[in-house]
Amino acid sequence: MSVPLLKIDQLAKSFKGLRAVDGVSIEVPEGKIYALIGPNGAGKTTIFNMIAGVFAPTEGQVLFGGQDITGLRPDQVCQAGIGRTFQVVKPFNDLSVLDNVLVGALRKTPHVDEAREAASTILKQLGLDGKSQQMATNLTLPERKRLEVARALATGPQLLLLDEVMAGLRPTETDEMVTFFRNLNKETGITILLIEHVMRAVMALSERVYVVNYGQLLSQGTPDEVVNDQAVLDCYLGEDAF
Amino acid sequence: MERIFGGVPKRALGLLGLMIASLIIAPAIVNAYVLSVILITLYFAYVGQAWNLMMGYAGQLSLGHTLYVGLGAYTSAALFVHFGISPLIGLFVGMAIAVAAGALIGSMAFRFGIGGVYFALLTIAFAEFTRILFEHFDWVGAMGGFFLPVENRDSSDFLNLRGGPVMFYYVILFLCFAALGVNQWLLRSRLGYYWMAIREDQEAAQAVGINTFRYKMIAVMISAAMTALGGVFIAFYYNNLFPADAFGMHRSIELILAPIIGGMGTLFGPILGAFILTPLGEGLTILMESMGVKAAGVKQLFYGVILLVIIRFVPGGVWPLISKKLGIDKRMKGKSE
Repeated sequence: MSVPLLKIDQLAKSFKGLRAVDGVSIEVPEGKIYALIGPNGAGKTTIFNMIAGVFAPTEGQVLFGGQDITGLRPDQVCQAGIGRTFQVVKPFNDLSVLDNVLVGALRKTPHVDEAREAASTILKQLGLDGKSQQMATNLTLPERKRLEVARALATGPQLLLLDEVMAGLRPTETDEMVTFFRNLNKETGITILLIEHVMRAVMALSERVYVVNYGQLLSQGTPDEVVNDQAVLDCYLGEDAF
Repeated sequence: MERIFGGVPKRALGLLGLMIASLIIAPAIVNAYVLSVILITLYFAYVGQAWNLMMGYAGQLSLGHTLYVGLGAYTSAALFVHFGISPLIGLFVGMAIAVAAGALIGSMAFRFGIGGVYFALLTIAFAEFTRILFEHFDWVGAMGGFFLPVENRDSSDFLNLRGGPVMFYYVILFLCFAALGVNQWLLRSRLGYYWMAIREDQEAAQAVGINTFRYKMIAVMISAAMTALGGVFIAFYYNNLFPADAFGMHRSIELILAPIIGGMGTLFGPILGAFILTPLGEGLTILMESMGVKAAGVKQLFYGVILLVIIRFVPGGVWPLISKKLGIDKRMKGKSE
């Protein structure tokens, strides 16, 4: 347990001279739920994309289970054991809900029948079993968010990266999701790093919160510490998140 | 077998069986002309299925697919004419060359992230410059064409694919429905699901661990091999090959019409599309001739009109519509409603 499951070290990314992320270091120990918050445009999703292999960092390292995974392709990162959801959901529209998740489950087994069974189980856990034969394109946005989670989970990750999966949910739906992730974490020991604007979820779920602003780490601590940090309040000033 | 037939509704299997049975007895019933129309329909149903794997399922648009037809055709024909090698062996060489060509195009495009329209343009470019290459390739007749010896035989020599129309008819009938079975088998495997995931969203596909480069390459290579086999057939059936015809752009277009009209990304779409399009096109030609009208290109015009109508009113193709009417399980199709 001495080695954190995920460790990003001095990660930086420049887009044509603009430093979107500038020397961010984060550690997530195994079995924990941590959150990454910050105002819009702070660089949270860019950090996620660098972890997930969508693009390589300009500087810095991503270590997963002590292994350097910097610059791997997204599929290799997934194979290494990191599952992710997309902030702008990306369902396989013309496939059924079940097949969407089945595709994810095929990472662990080459057999379609086994993958289908695994997918059904996950859909049940997420309360989407009633929709399994529907085309993904027919789902409502909250359902698509859950589908994103189901598909990522089906790949059997050790670490789950959740990019704003609660955005647009009603408070009761948010609570359901929170309960789901808490139980999942308790039962399977899965490690979660979440980007979230819904503070209700962040406060309820995460043990530790990292705050980024202008591509840099602004603050970190327990949820209570962070929401009482004057620097954090300042960076959010004008936003109604607090 | 389970992976091919399992879960397919009895009704669909029954209809398919009926169709195959009537096609098997067709040579005993219809005249030589009608048989030749069915034969060419089956050919388009076959190559349409090959193209559909790549476009309908893996979502990679090839507009130069006749490249593989031509390579299969020329390779097997040249091996037969120059070295007396049976097309049953030559077809493997032809397929291998087509696969290599597909792999070359695919690796160039997919490695550098060339997709969509640009990938389609690349496939056209390869077909076109292969055509120009063959127009100057004296070993296979260059512009003047390449001819297989035509012998009048009463008996069929299957080993050398020499024989009458009925033999060719059964060969293409077999190929067409073997392709249907192979496709169904592939699409029910991990490969098929990965292809559809790539078609729907590449980024999401990668995020669930799919090596998109590898699976797109597999799609191109399988499709190229299947298409090349169609080329071997057409070379030995027609006995003549011309670069402008074998590699011409119009051939590539002709090849993709059936799956588009029948329904891309559906298993049966290309077959249905071919059975709608080819007989109608031929019928129109006869009609025009009987009326004494000699309008060159009227068939192409007609295909264009049909395409417009389909794209306007049933963009998903005819098969999804019909299968619903017939009450056939949506699982016969790759994507359902």
